[in-house]
Formats: sequence, C-alpha cells, structure tokens
Amino acid sequence: MKLIVAYIQPEKLNDVKQELYRREIFKISVSNSLGCGQQKGYKKVYRGVDIEVNLLKKVRIEIAVNDAFVEPTIEAILDGAQTSVIGDGKIFVLPIEQCIRIRNRENGPQAIG
Amino acid sequence: MKSRIVVMILILLACTLSGIGADEISSAITLHQDSFDMIWLLVAGSLVFFMQAGFAMVEIGLTRAKNAGNIIMKNLMDFCAGSLMFWMFGWALMYGESVNGLFGFSQFFIGGNDMVLFRNWMFQVVFAATAATIVSGAMAERTKFSAYLIYSIFISALIYPISGHWIWGGGWLSRIGFFDFAGSTVVHSVGGWASLVGTMALGPRIGKYVSQGSVVTSKPILGHNLPLACLGVFILWFGWYGFNPGSTLSGTDPTMALVATTTTLSASAGAIGAMIVSWIKFKNPDVSMSLNGALAGLVGITASTAVVSPLSAIIIGLISGFIVVFSIEFIDKILHIDDPVGAISVHGICGVWGTLAVGLFGNTTHIKGLFFGGGFKQLGIQFLGVVTVGVWVMATTGILFAIIKKSHGLRVSKHEELAGLDLAEHSTESYSGFQIFTNM
Repeated sequence: MKLIVAYIQPEKLNDVKQELYRREIFKISVSNSLGCGQQKGYKKVYRGVDIEVNLLKKVRIEIAVNDAFVEPTIEAILDGAQTSVIGDGKIFVLPIEQCIRIRNRENGPQAIG
Repeated sequence: MKSRIVVMILILLACTLSGIGADEISSAITLHQDSFDMIWLLVAGSLVFFMQAGFAMVEIGLTRAKNAGNIIMKNLMDFCAGSLMFWMFGWALMYGESVNGLFGFSQFFIGGNDMVLFRNWMFQVVFAATAATIVSGAMAERTKFSAYLIYSIFISALIYPISGHWIWGGGWLSRIGFFDFAGSTVVHSVGGWASLVGTMALGPRIGKYVSQGSVVTSKPILGHNLPLACLGVFILWFGWYGFNPGSTLSGTDPTMALVATTTTLSASAGAIGAMIVSWIKFKNPDVSMSLNGALAGLVGITASTAVVSPLSAIIIGLISGFIVVFSIEFIDKILHIDDPVGAISVHGICGVWGTLAVGLFGNTTHIKGLFFGGGFKQLGIQFLGVVTVGVWVMATTGILFAIIKKSHGLRVSKHEELAGLDLAEHSTESYSGFQIFTNM
C-alpha cells in the first residue's frame, strides 16, 4: 500500500482527473495548497510597485493505492500535469503502514480498494 | 401632447398675471422648456451611464472568479474607447446630415459652443456604449483583451451609428414609419446580433460541451457570485429609468410617466414569466433565469414603451420572460453556442420580440398595432427593420471578427484560459487573499 501525494498546477487538475479515470483510478482527494519550490516564487507588479510572490497557489492530490496501481497512478499524474515548464510540481510516494475503513473496520489492502 | 399644452398655458397664465409683455412671455417659455430638456436629458443620460456598472456586475456574477478583473477591464474600456470613437466618428455617422437616408456625414469631432449639441451627444453616447458592452458578457472568459478592444472601437465608430442612423438619425427606416422608441432594435438587437457572431467566431469555453461519440452534452459552468449578478440586474433596471423615460428627449413631455410605468410593469412581468417557466421546466424557481427574465422584460418593452397601455406592457413582459428561458436553452443545448450570461437571448431575441410588439400592441393615433385595428402594416415595417438591422450587424461584425481572428487572434491560449484571464492577461487577482479553485 502506497500513498501518492502530488503538487500540481491548479489548472491541470482536470487533465489529471481525466488521465486517472482512463486508468480506472477513481479515488482522489484534492486540497488547495500554497507553497514554492527552488525558485522561491516570482516577482510581479501591482499598481506599478514590485511585489514578491513567494507562495504560489497549487493543488495537492492525495491518492492511496495498492502496489499494483502505483505505476499507473504516477503515469496518469505525469501525463495530465506535465507541461515541461518550471512549476509543474512534484510527486511523492510514501509507504502506508495501515489502512482501516471506518464504516466496517475492514483493514489492509482490501480497505483501500 | 394635450397635457403639454396645459403646462404651457399655465406658464403663460402665470406670466400674464405678473404682467409681462408678450415677447418676454414666449422667451420665458422657451427658456423654461430648454432648461427642463437640458436637466432631464443629462440626468437620464447619467442613469443610462450607470448601466455600465450593471452590465459589469451581471457578467462578473455569472462567470468564474478567475476572470472577474478581465470583465471589469472590458466594461471599463469599451465605454472609454467607445466614447472617444463616438465623439470622433459615431455621432457624425448617426446624426450628421443624412446621405440618402443611409448614414449621416457631418459634425465629426464635435466642438464649438452649441450646448444643445453637447447635451444630445451626451445622451446618445451612453446608448452607443450600452450596445457595445452587451457583447462583453457573451464573449466572456475566453476572448483576448486586445481583440475585444479592436471590436469596441469598430462597433462604436461604425456599426452601431449606421444602423442607428436608419432609425433615429432620420434615415430610411424612420422615413417609412419604423418605430423604436428607446432602442429594442437600435441598441439591444445590435448588441445581441454582434454577440451571436462573436460567440460563434470564438467557440465555446473549454469544458462547456463534452462530446462522447456523436452525442454532445452541455455542462454547466457555474457563475461565482449570484449576489453580484442580482445587484447588476437591479442597477440595470434602475438605469432603464433613464434609458426609456429619457428617450422622450424632452423634459416637458409628460409621456415619461407612462413610459416609466410600462417599463416597470414589463420588467416585473418578465421576471415572473421566466420564474414560472423555470419552475415548470426545472422544478424550481431558478435565480439566474429570473434575473435574466427581468432584463428580458426591460428589453422587450423598450421599443413600444411609449405607445402601449399598461396591460399590454404586462403581456409583452410576460412573453419576454417566456421567450428568454426557451431561447437560452435552445442556444445552449441545440445550437451549442456558449453564451455565459444569456446576452444573445436577452438582448438579441427579446430585442426582436420588443420591436415586433410595437406592430402588435401599439395603440396611439400614429402607431396602430395588429391587435388594435391597425392591420399588418406596422408589423410589416417593424419586421423589415428587424431583418435589415440584423443582416447589417451580422455581416459587418462577421467581417470584423473574421479579420481579427485571422490577423491578431480572437481567443487566448488554452493555458491562459485555464489559468484565468485575470492572471494571464492582466497579471492580477480580483480576490487577492482568498483561495479560489482556479481550476474550475
């Protein structure tokens, strides 16, 4: 069992969702997040005055999957979110120790599926 | 007209009692009339100007948060660019000396000392701006800002003034008896037809129509602020009390009271009509459809407002409200033309209906509609006007948008559209400090 966490550009969420659907991955949780990477944000001009924007708006996707689905999920996110421009985001893959479905106390891989 | 004479006699009487000579009396009357006209037209013109705020709020409310700043800029700039253009060319082509009834051709770059000319220009420029700004809503969320600026220059300088000349500037349509009191055709249909051509040239927003095989389904793209849309409708309604009653063009013409009454009744009936239809069709009284219905009622009564009875106004408004819901559905679900705010239906279709309504419900000594024993004559003339203005606007805007599309580009890139025009075109955010899902 793995937890896949990805930070992507907000406008790419729809494309990522479509790619996931095509690979029959329907579970997803999405939240707004603010952050920056190595570039420490960017500068822009507001009413003629420079402002440093160091926290950019991103969308965080979290998907918990069984091991067989790790590769397709990563592929889907890459296909959906990649524009090859700085700021596309990152994907993290984390091990999951335990997973329990609250409704019926099922646990382990079948609780994810 | 009778009450106008009564007013004058009263003034005459007052002057006689105070014992002034005949010349002084007549000059006093003229002075009074002139001042009433001056004040009334400038006040009414200001009310019509405020409709710009109404259009901006309606459009912002019915579209997504990521494009709000872009809509503000479009509404600001089509007025600003449009008013300069109307000063340079528009007024001259619309109200200059008529060339065979086709267009005017004098008084370019107006100046001098004629205050009545300035007064009339002021009252007309806000109407031109209204026609121009209607298109902004239909083309919202995907049009290049610079392309929109080019469009606003041409509609205010050329397209609106010429068809306006035919009807209000003493042109050929007015000579054959075409009647459009405050601009169902002159203003609203012109904006509506330009919207239709513009949206067709642009194509729908990304995600609006999803095709699976041969089946195309229409997806809703929800507006982000219904309260703003509602405020916009009320501002427009308020502004309409300058638009219609101001079109008496005279501060001493008591007809303005009838005009204000029929305007109010038709708007109310329009909102009720749209609400009823949406209640039956969608099983709930739809908010944004009812708002559209109020506007539909206002557009519908604009041509005939001075020549119909209050009861006729209610019928005209109700039908406008019915038409607008069916028309919005038809344009969206059958034609697959993406009009985010319903501008084509409200201004184009209801503008046509309002213009024809003169030939159905008109009931004065000069204008007799079909239902009041006037036969088909007036209706025929109204129909001719609707068709010719429609052809003129669709042909010219068709050429205009085709040239813009080929040379400059009409639409933003996919990335810019998805990121939102606020960031992509103006690098600003309309709701800084709020977290908004800009992906939706």
